This record gives sequence, structure tokens and C-alpha cells, in this order.
Amino acid sequence: MGTITSVTYKKWSISIKFARDFTIGFSRVLMKKPYQSLEENSTNNMKQVIYRHLASKIPYLGLVILLTFSTSLNAQEGNPDKGKTIFNVNCASCHALDRKMTGPMLRNVETRLAEEEGLDREWLNTWIRNSAGMIKSGDAYANKIYNEYNGTAMTAFPQLSDQDITDILAYTAQPAKVVVVDQPVGGSGGGEAAGSVPNKLILGALAILFALLAGALVLVRKTLNRFAEEKGIEAVKKDKRLPIWKAFVQNQFLVLVTVIFFLLASAYFVYGYLSQVGVDQGYMPVQPIHYSHRIHAGESGIDCKYCHSSARVSKHSGIPSLNICMNCHKSIYQVAEKTQQEGIKEYGVDYNAEIQKLYKAVGWDEAEQSYTGVTEPVKWIRIHNLPDFAYFNHSQHVTVAGIDCQTCHGPVEEMEVMYQHSPLTMGWCINCHRETNVNVEGNEYYTKIHDELSKKYGVDKLTAAQMGGLECGKCHY
Amino acid sequence: MSSNKKYWKSVEELKVNSPIVETLKQNEFVSDIPTSEFLGDKETLESSSTTRRDFLKYVGFSTAAASLAACEGPVIKSIPYVIQPESIIPGVANYYATTIANGFDFASVLVKTREGRPIQIKNNDLAKTHNSANARVNASVLGLYDSMRVKSAMKGGQEILWSAFDSETNQKLTELKTAGKEIVLFTQTYASPSTSRLISEFKSKYENVRHVVYDAVSESAALDAFEGSYGTRGLASYDFSKAMTIVSVGADFLGDWQGGGFDSGYAKGRVPRNGKMSRHIQFESNMSLSGANADKRVPLTPSQQKQVLSKLYSLVVGGSVSTDLPENINRAVQSAASELKRAGSNAVLVTGIQDVNAQILAFAINEKLNSKAFDTSTPILTRQGNNAAVTKLVADMKAGSVGGIIMSGVNPMYTLPNASEFAEGLAKTELSIAFSMKADETAINAQYIAATPHYLESWGDVEIKKGHFSLMQPTIRPLFDTRQFQQALLIWTGSDQTYREYIKSGWSGGSFNEALQDGVYVSGVLSSAPDGSSTITTDSISGSDSAIAGLSENVESTIGSAGSAARSLASSAKSEGMELSLYTKVGMGDGQDANNPWLQEFPDPITRTSWDNYLTISATDAKGLGLENNHVATGALDGSYADVTVNGVTVKNVPVIIQPGQAKGAIGLSLGYGRTAGLKEEMMTGVNAYPLYQNFNTSQNVTVKKAAGIHEFACVQLQNTLMGRGDIIKETTLEIFNTKDRTVWNKVPTVSLNHEEVEVTSPEVDLWDEFDRSIGHHFNLSIDLNSCTGCGACVIACHAENNVPVVGKEEIRRSRDMHWLRIDRYYSSEDTFAEDDTKKDEFSGLWGDKGSLSGFGELEDPADNPQVAFQPVMCQHCNHAPCETVCPVAASSHGRQGQNHMAYNRCVGTRYCANNCPYKVRRFNWFLYNKNDEFDYHMNDDLGRMVLNPDVTVRSRGVMEKCSMCIQMTQKTILDAKRDGRVIKDGEFQTACSSACSGGSIKFGDINDTESEVAKLMEDDRMYHLLESVGTKPNVQYHTKVRNITEA
Repeated sequence: MGTITSVTYKKWSISIKFARDFTIGFSRVLMKKPYQSLEENSTNNMKQVIYRHLASKIPYLGLVILLTFSTSLNAQEGNPDKGKTIFNVNCASCHALDRKMTGPMLRNVETRLAEEEGLDREWLNTWIRNSAGMIKSGDAYANKIYNEYNGTAMTAFPQLSDQDITDILAYTAQPAKVVVVDQPVGGSGGGEAAGSVPNKLILGALAILFALLAGALVLVRKTLNRFAEEKGIEAVKKDKRLPIWKAFVQNQFLVLVTVIFFLLASAYFVYGYLSQVGVDQGYMPVQPIHYSHRIHAGESGIDCKYCHSSARVSKHSGIPSLNICMNCHKSIYQVAEKTQQEGIKEYGVDYNAEIQKLYKAVGWDEAEQSYTGVTEPVKWIRIHNLPDFAYFNHSQHVTVAGIDCQTCHGPVEEMEVMYQHSPLTMGWCINCHRETNVNVEGNEYYTKIHDELSKKYGVDKLTAAQMGGLECGKCHY
Repeated sequence: MSSNKKYWKSVEELKVNSPIVETLKQNEFVSDIPTSEFLGDKETLESSSTTRRDFLKYVGFSTAAASLAACEGPVIKSIPYVIQPESIIPGVANYYATTIANGFDFASVLVKTREGRPIQIKNNDLAKTHNSANARVNASVLGLYDSMRVKSAMKGGQEILWSAFDSETNQKLTELKTAGKEIVLFTQTYASPSTSRLISEFKSKYENVRHVVYDAVSESAALDAFEGSYGTRGLASYDFSKAMTIVSVGADFLGDWQGGGFDSGYAKGRVPRNGKMSRHIQFESNMSLSGANADKRVPLTPSQQKQVLSKLYSLVVGGSVSTDLPENINRAVQSAASELKRAGSNAVLVTGIQDVNAQILAFAINEKLNSKAFDTSTPILTRQGNNAAVTKLVADMKAGSVGGIIMSGVNPMYTLPNASEFAEGLAKTELSIAFSMKADETAINAQYIAATPHYLESWGDVEIKKGHFSLMQPTIRPLFDTRQFQQALLIWTGSDQTYREYIKSGWSGGSFNEALQDGVYVSGVLSSAPDGSSTITTDSISGSDSAIAGLSENVESTIGSAGSAARSLASSAKSEGMELSLYTKVGMGDGQDANNPWLQEFPDPITRTSWDNYLTISATDAKGLGLENNHVATGALDGSYADVTVNGVTVKNVPVIIQPGQAKGAIGLSLGYGRTAGLKEEMMTGVNAYPLYQNFNTSQNVTVKKAAGIHEFACVQLQNTLMGRGDIIKETTLEIFNTKDRTVWNKVPTVSLNHEEVEVTSPEVDLWDEFDRSIGHHFNLSIDLNSCTGCGACVIACHAENNVPVVGKEEIRRSRDMHWLRIDRYYSSEDTFAEDDTKKDEFSGLWGDKGSLSGFGELEDPADNPQVAFQPVMCQHCNHAPCETVCPVAASSHGRQGQNHMAYNRCVGTRYCANNCPYKVRRFNWFLYNKNDEFDYHMNDDLGRMVLNPDVTVRSRGVMEKCSMCIQMTQKTILDAKRDGRVIKDGEFQTACSSACSGGSIKFGDINDTESEVAKLMEDDRMYHLLESVGTKPNVQYHTKVRNITEA
């Protein structure tokens, strides 16, 4: 099953590229600025609405085909497989099969329309290719739908051929599947357990072996001694020499030196211990929502500053407000099955439940696809705390100096749980200021000062320290 | 041998077989101590499985656990917005233009907000009106976070819902209307077209409505005179920058005269340009800010002021007036008149005498002179009060003819001289509502308190000058459940509009949003303002009701020809004993901001005393009455008390300060102190002088009597004179400045090197290695002593920007004030500073007439009418800083940009630096001033701390602090430029004080930018450094004060 998923996954990433070329819906609706990396990777781990029932698809395929043939004899023949692909590319950002999203749910849409509203395929074709026109022409049902979804017009898809639409409808006409309990979980878990047992066994066996060897050696020595005794050979007796500890105690100089050494050593360690008081390197608190930077920044490749946008202009990097999360999570309401399993297995986290926490905090009603207005702000636990007397400005470092976030915050894209990577001590700041060259190219502000300073120091590149970055008042006021 | 005395506790013990003694011997306590009662049931105790040892174990473990838990750092929460407003980026300030209009202060301002909370008030550069933000306006942002604010509608001391308030008041108002009883709207001056429109709508709905406008400190005389002469109820506007000769008779136009705000125009004319500067002659009784800045100051009593004005009129315009002025004053008047005449249209005369005739004479003189500075076409509308109407209202209320009174922005129970009569009348009304931010003296006596928002939470429009509109917009969501007066009027008139919509609907001057962004709008044709705005303003005020119309007719009948006005003014000038001049302080105004700790601690520019008001009296009079001031061993000032009586009303125990320059026979007392309700106990300072403000006249005949006791002042400057130290304040006269070389009047001190005189600034005599500051920025602050009027706006701006703590009266008295920026005020000992210098130079020997021993003693006493000089002093940011060399931990260090850095976290509090600072500008945190109940000012409550600037550290106990030259502001300017990748233009660098200085006295910039203003000022002939001889090479420049003393 795993292989199948990965195959479709590849297909999907191709189709996403395809989507970028031909549709304007997805990337623009979701985010205001086109983040290339995001688009390309957004499906790596987050399970998109588009193919969430994928995993259990195959066993039913035959049945589905059978059903398609049996139920729609007079309809054009549609290929649900192809339909699915087209659906994922064009429709999935606003529609789901069994779930109201930006647009209505589409399971059995054709039959539903025919039975309830008496609308035929022709109507659907026109609607899909030019819904706005239909609304304008005053079609009753078109206007009803339009108003029901808060006047959000459906994007027109004139490029879809009749066959395409038939395929899509064929896909939507597939019966819903019962969610299958994922078997591999137990299986792979067992496999791992089995894998770890031999290691222990080998170790245990080795231990026993060594114990036996040691026992054998003792026995051999005993036996040899006995032989020697019997043969009357006296073991050579060593001269009774002063025990080394006594010699040491008698040598006052050595004692003194040792005491001094120990005092110095303990002073060193005490100093080291005290120096780390208040340094929270590695601080990794449990957050109210388990937010995985690994998934977002790492696998999905979302730019840090997409969420932490104020880092560009402000002293604060800013914790994103929840409406930023909802830019994507309005449509991403579940993670991919694989990711979910990975979360449970490796981190003990139910990612889907965490998304639900977000919905609760922001007051998002999934069923209604609307905000309830009841919000409860998330009380994140602050990890990076500079004391009040130290001034630090993100925009100075991020925008002006162009330093990567990772320089100070470490491999965030690999962190499942965020922690403090750097010590954030003054020495750490100073070191960097001493070593880092100031990025002066193309910045008119620096032109004059750079010319003069490089003349003064006789160097071409200037460190932050040479620019006055070590002065007390630059950070303490 | 031991004594065998027997001690006994009670006589009972002496009896041999007393049962009581026996019982007591057995039991320590007479009756059983009910241990089981507090230890619990004996049975359960015994059955408990916890043994004593277990108990000790538990104690041990829990103590250990508690102490271990305490070792852990605190968990800090960060809570982002759920939906972040687009305009807010955490860490980036937003600025909004709005307007303050609290009935006393009117100004267009710019509000700096951080994360949605206003933290500082700045000047709105787009505003074309004269008003700029003074010290009180700068401090007004703290009023927003006042913990004593009323938090919702209240009835009889209980909070009620607004819905209940609406239904009850609506019902009551309708009842009053049907009963035909009068409803009075008793308000501050709003100068708001929309409010006027609303009030007229309210009138038409409730029919029998009277609107009475009341200014606590009335300008009614000037308003009546202007209305009589020019038809509009307003105040003439003066542009002092256009005046070369300024004569003021009792008008403190640099203070709060006629609404204030004239100082920036005045300051412009005070800087000598092309050999010219304005000349300012001041006739006054109290030493005021204007008098302190005058080139010539003539102290005289209020009654003499009237004669002076009449005389000036007769000399300038014509006619004859008989006066009995003393010879010296007479001479001064003669010369002032001839100077006025010579300057012609470049001259202006102003007067502060509260008399319609006096004001008419001023108009007549200015018209005769054809003064360019005098403008009647765009009158100032920020005072509208009418004394007669207020008097009539109080009488009517007392008579019981007023059915309901709705008060807004006024506190008559505190500010009315006849407050008890008002109280009597208030009790007789059937409905009384006070719109107020505080449960003040009036509000607690009203049936309902309608909690109003601060101006930073309100909407509004203000016509400060005719045709000059300013808009008020909220800069923060209302902190409490408040409602503004106008909104209530809308509700009462049955409208469902918000006040914002109402203003917008009446707006006809261009784009509303644009005007809102700019904060100001000047209508193109000034004479005809936008549709129905100012016309209604005047309508509602001049025709507010028929009773007043009758009264103003009376006024008009007194306005005859100016000539007869002069005669009647001269004849009305009779003095009986002492004369009192009531005034308002720059820091306190009319007293509505009394709960503002910044303003309470703001030292008065003249007396340098904070947390008090006091009777100012001349040394001669003080001696006659036996009143004295003493400096005590702690370095604090003590003063006698006096009882002051006007027409049988006595204000008791007024502390006395002997004021150099106070006219003999005249005393001064400031209004605005002595508040008793709606403020913290610490702020209940001073005495209430309003009972003496009878007939709304600031000058009164009084009797003064010494009272018992000694008052402890909190005065920050006891050294009153300069002692002839010309290197602190350099000054010269315009004549010398124009004719002589710089070396004559601005000589750099010299030292001897190889028997040759060498300037101390020369590198040859420098002990220090020079830093290289030629690269990057090199900041300099320039202070022009000529244009500094001493107003103190910079002091408060510095407080707001730099989180300067308030320490309270006791600590100020111990000289532990924390002001980073102080404005030193010096008096001359002789009549002028120049004479002091001469006297000092001529000392020879220790003894004798010119002996230095007695001579220095004499120099300590200021003259009766001294010259005054103001000097703002902050950290001088010495290039060779004495403080830096003595710091054992290098907490004070030097930056390449010229700033002397102070690292608070490094400071261990040795205070060596403060001792070694020649300018005494370093401030030590003797206590923790935040979150400390001992210092219960704004930093002690959550609300008050919202004003703190998040970019500046709040200092802790035991560290030194000082002016940083607003390094957070310069750093921000640099960062912004780096981010945009551009060169910084001159004028972008600012400090809090330089941006607050509307007079342009304080300038800030980069001297490495040779085109910058400060770089040019650096080369100016007038430039000198404070105590140059010390060789500290400061980065603060001072500019020699030039006085225009040439008599015309």
C-alpha cells in the first residue's frame, strides 16, 4: 500500500505544477504572495482534501467500475481515475466529495441535481464553464447556490472538455468508502519490536559469554595455583613496599599541588555551573498546540517570514496570529495518512487533533465552513527570552544584514518541537558581531561610512564590530 | 548575701491558704487553653497515621520541593492576536493625528501608539494654528491610563448599566419637558461645530434648554470686548513672530494667557538674525514666564497695570488720562510708548487685565499701530465662557428655577468661587448628570455620573481658530465602559447615529478621511467657514439665551469710546492694601489634570518647586509680615504659612515663597491645586485658590496674615543666582553682539601653557587622547538660550519617551528628583547678570567694600527685579567624560556617535560617576520606583504602566541613569534608513526634547553631515559649551543669550 501512495504522490506533485500553470485558484487564494517552495511542497505531508481517501481506493476499484457500468448505462462513459486527477487539479481547492468547503460537496452531484432540481448534464456543463454568466442570466438555481455560498462565484473552467467533465462526474459518482483501519500500523510496530529483540538477545548472549570466560579464567588460575602448591613452587614474594597512598600522603608538596588542583578544578566547574544560570539553551517547553516546524518549514518548505512576517520590519519576529494559520488550514483540515501515522509513532502526536485545536482557538466551524466568532487566543510559551535591558531588533538582522533565521535559531526546519538553539548570551552576540562582515553592498546608507571605515582599517570588508557593533549603548538602553 | 524579699503579684498571695494561689501555682494559665478547638478533634488527631517523624519528613520534602521549584525560571506566555489588525505590527509604532480639547488646552497633536496603545504626544507639524503641545498636553497621555477614572455610568455611587441610565434620564428629561422646566447644559468650551449643531438639535427637542459655557479660568472680559468690537465671540489672535516690539501689560502670553500657545511664534522673533531681534517689555506683578523672558521687566501692582495701560493708550493713541504712577514706572511707560510708536506696525501690545475696558484699549492701541501681529479676522475660539451667564445660572439654580442640569467637562464645585451656592442649587435640581472622567468634586454631588472617555478615545471636531478645523479620533479602543457627551446628546435627541457619523455627515471641507489623517483642515475662504459649522458655533454661544443677550447689552453699554474706557480704567484702578494676582501654572493649568504625577512633579519654571502651589511675595513684604523661607540642613526649602482673605473669604495655611521680581504690594497664588476628590491621596497637594477668584477676576484686594507652622517644599533648585559665573550662562546685549567680535562676548577660556595663554579647547592643553569621530554619525544637541522660554514641554516629553519615574514629594525634597532634563533658572543678584559679572571681577581681597567674603554672600541674594535666564541641562555627552573614567565596572562608556552610554545592567551603583559629573545630570535610583506601593504613581498600577515606552528599559533600584540623547530614537532612524537603503536627511534625527520644542530652541542632528543645521549651529558665533574650562568637550552646544536692552 505504501508503494501505491508514493506513486500517486508523485503524480500529484506533477499535477500541482500543472495546476500552477493553468489555474489561478489555488495558490492565490491560499496565500497572498506566491511562495514557490510552498506550492511545490505543500502536499508532501499535509494531506490535501484532494486525495484523502486514496489509500483505501484500490480494493474498491473493481467494484466501482462495476457500479459505474451498471448505474449509468445511458450516460457517457467516464473514467473515474482520470476524473480524479482532473478533480484534484481543478476542483479540490474549493470542493470535497463529502464535505462542504468553499463550495458544496460533490458526491453524486449529478444524480442529486437531477433528482432534486431537475437539472441535466447540460446545465452542469454550462455552470462549470461559466458560472458567472449563468448567475447573470438569472438562472434560479445558479443564483440560489451563489447566494448560499456568500456570493463567492465559482471560477470558470472553459478549458474542460465534455469528456473531462464526464470523467469528473464519474469520479464524484463513486460511492463513499468506509474508512479502513490502517493495518500497517500494528504490523510495522511489531516489526520494529521484533527488530529490537535480537539486539538484546545478542547482547545478553555476549554478556553470558564474557561471564563464562571470566569464570573459566578464575578456575584456570585456581587450578594452576593448586598445581604449583603441589609441586612446592613458592610464588615470588614482592618486597613489602610503602603503599602508594601512604607515599602520597607523606609527600606534602604533592598533597598541596593536588589540593590546589582540585580547588581550581572545582572553581572552574562551579563557575561553569553558575555561568549557565539563566541561560536556557535547549529550552523546549510543551506548547498548547503541538506545532511542528519540521513539517511546516522543513517538509512543506514554507518560508519562515511567511508566518513571522514582522521580522522583516520590526524588532519582534512576531508569533503569527491565527488568521495566518487559517490561510492554509482552511483547506488543510487533515494531514496525510502517512504523516499522521508518523506523528503517532514517532512523536506521539495526533496531528489532526492539533489542527482541531487551532479551529477551536480561532473559532472555525468546519461543518458550516464559517467563523463562529468565539475565539480563545493561544497562550504559547515563549522560548527565546532576552532580558528587558537588552535591545534586539529582528529587522536589523533579517532585512538589513540578510542573516538566515537558522544562524541563531538553529535547524528549525528539523525541529519537531521548537527549542532554543543558541545560548543567547552576550558573549554569543559579541562573537558573531566580531566575526560577521556587514552586508553593505547596494545599500546607499553604508556607502559613505563604508568607504571611510575601510580606509581607516585598511580592509575591504568590515565586521559589525568595526562598525561600532560592540558599543554598550547599541543594545543597552 | 541574697535578699529574701518576697515579691508578690497580687494581694491574694499574701494570704496563707488562699485557694486561688494554690490553683495558680498548679496551672500556668487561669483557665484551660482550648487547644483542641484549634488543633481539631483529639480523637482524629490520635488516630492519624502521620507520626511526628513523618510530619517532619513531609515538611522537609515540601520545603525542598518549594525551593527547587523556585529555582526554575518563570514561564512566560506569548499570546498573539487571533486576527491581527492590518495596521498593527508588533514592535512598530503607529502615529495618529488627533486633537486635544479639554476646555483648557486645545492643540493639534500627533499620537504615537505601540501595539495599539498611545504612549506619547507629539506636535502635529501640519497644524497651522498657533497652539503646540505644551507640558500639560505632553502629559495628557498619562491621563488616559489614570486608575482613578470612572469606569462606567454611576448613580448614587453605584455602577449602573448605560441602558438603565438611558431609560431613566430619557424619562426624566421628558418629564421636565412636559412640566416646562428648564434644562441647562453646563459645559466647557468645546469650540466644536458638530457639538454646537447637536446642542441646537437638543434644544429644539427639549425646548426649554439653556446652554451655558463655562471656563474655569475665565477670559470673559476679553471675549466681551472682542465681541463688542468685532462682532464674534472669540479672542484676537496674535502672531508674535511678526512683532519686533512687544509690550505686555499683565499678560503672561508665554503661559496660559487667552488659551496660551503663543510661545513658538514669540521664540522665532527672539533669535537675532541680521542683527535684529524682537524687544519685549513686560509690566506685571507676579514673576511670570513672559516676565522672565522679557528684555525689560517692570514690576508693579495690578491696579498700577490699569493705569499703565490707560497711560499707554493716551500716549500712543491720544487723549488724556490722569495717573499717579511712581516716577520709575512713569518713565518706563513713556519709553514703552515711544518704542511702540517707533516700531509702528511691527509692534504689538497685549494685556491680561480682566476688564473689558482694558481689553478694548489693547485693541485700540494695536489698531492705531496697525499691528501686523494683531489679527481680528481669524479669532481664536478656544474660550467661550460667559461670566454673567454663569453667575445667572448659579442664582437661578439657587432659586430653584432650574429643573435639570447636565454638566460636561466642568467641575464647578471645585472651580467656582461660590461653590457652596452652586451645591445648594444643585441639590434643588430634579436631574443632575455630570459627564466626567473622574468622580470629582462635582460628579460626586450629581445624581448620575456619566463616565466619559479620554480625548484619545473620542471622536470630535474642533475649530481652534476661525476656519482652522482639527479633528479628534480615537487612538485606542475605549478602556472602560464610557460614553462621550456628544454621543449621549445624540441618544437623547433620538438619533441612532454614532458621533463619528454625525461629524462626518456635517463635514463639508474636502475629504473627511484626508482631514482625519492630517488631523487639521483649513477652510479655503477663512471668512466663510464650511457649511453651517462655525456659524452655528457662534450662534449657539452668542445667542445661547435671551438672559445673556440682556447681559451682553449691559456690557456693550459700557463699551463706549476707547477714550472713555481709558479714563474709566484709570479711575477704577484703586488699591487697598495688598493685591493678589491669581495665575495658572504651566504644569497644572486649571487643575483638571491634578491626578497626573508627571505634572505634579514637574517643577514650576520660575520657582522650581513641585507638588505645591504657594503664595509668591516680594522680599520686602515678606519681611514686613514676618514671613520667611529657610534652607534646612538636608538641602530643602521650608516656608511660613499665611492666611489670605478676600472679601471675607479666607484661604488658610497657604505656604509662602519669597519670589524675586514680585512687585511690592502684590502677591501671587496659582489656581488648580487643592483638589479633594477623584484623585490619589498623594496628588492632593496645595491649597484651593478658586474661592478667592471672585467675580472671575484674577486680581483681588487681599489681606495677608502670617499663620503658624512651617511648610516643607519640594524645590529642586535652591541656588537662585548665577554668582557671576559667566561661563555657565553666557549672555550679551544685542548692541555688543552686533558690534563687537566674538572674542569679546563669547570668549573661550584660556589656560597657561609655557607662560602663554592657550584656549582650553586647543589639543595642546588636552589631557586626553581624542576619539576619532569623523566617521559615521556624530550627534550634537544644540540649545538656543535666546529662544528657550522655559516652558518645560521638553521635560515632560523626556519623561514619556524615557520612562523616567516619578519619585514623589518627599524624595524631591531630598533632592532625589529623576528628571533627565532639567531647566535651570537663574536670577541675577544685581539688576542684571552683567553687573554681577562686573561685581565679581572687581573683588579684591577678602575684606572691605569689594572684599570677596562679603561679596559672594551678597551675590547669593537675587535682586528685587532680577534678570532671569533659563537653561535646559541634560547629560552633556562629553567627548572627554569625567564619569566614564571613574566607573569601576565600565558601565558608562563612550560611543563613536558621540553619545555617552549608560549600561544599566552593568551598573553596581557606586555613584562615583554622579560625583564626578561637573553638570550634575546623573540620576540615581534610590528605590525601586515601579511596582512599589511606597511610590504609588503610575508605574505602580497595571493601567499606568501601559504608558511606558517598550523600547526603553525600566530601571531598577540601585542603578544610575541619565539622558541617553534618546539613543533609541537615533538607532531607529538609522535602522529605518538602512532598511530602505538610503542616506539620512537632516532633520530626521530627533530626540524627545528636540521634537517637543515648538519654539525651535532645541535642535538635534549629525555634525558629520556638514549640511545639517546643527553642523552650522556648531560654527555659529554664539555657540559655547557649558563649563568649557573643565575641558570635557561636550556634545551639547549652548547658544549665548542675547538681550535687546537698547532703550529706544
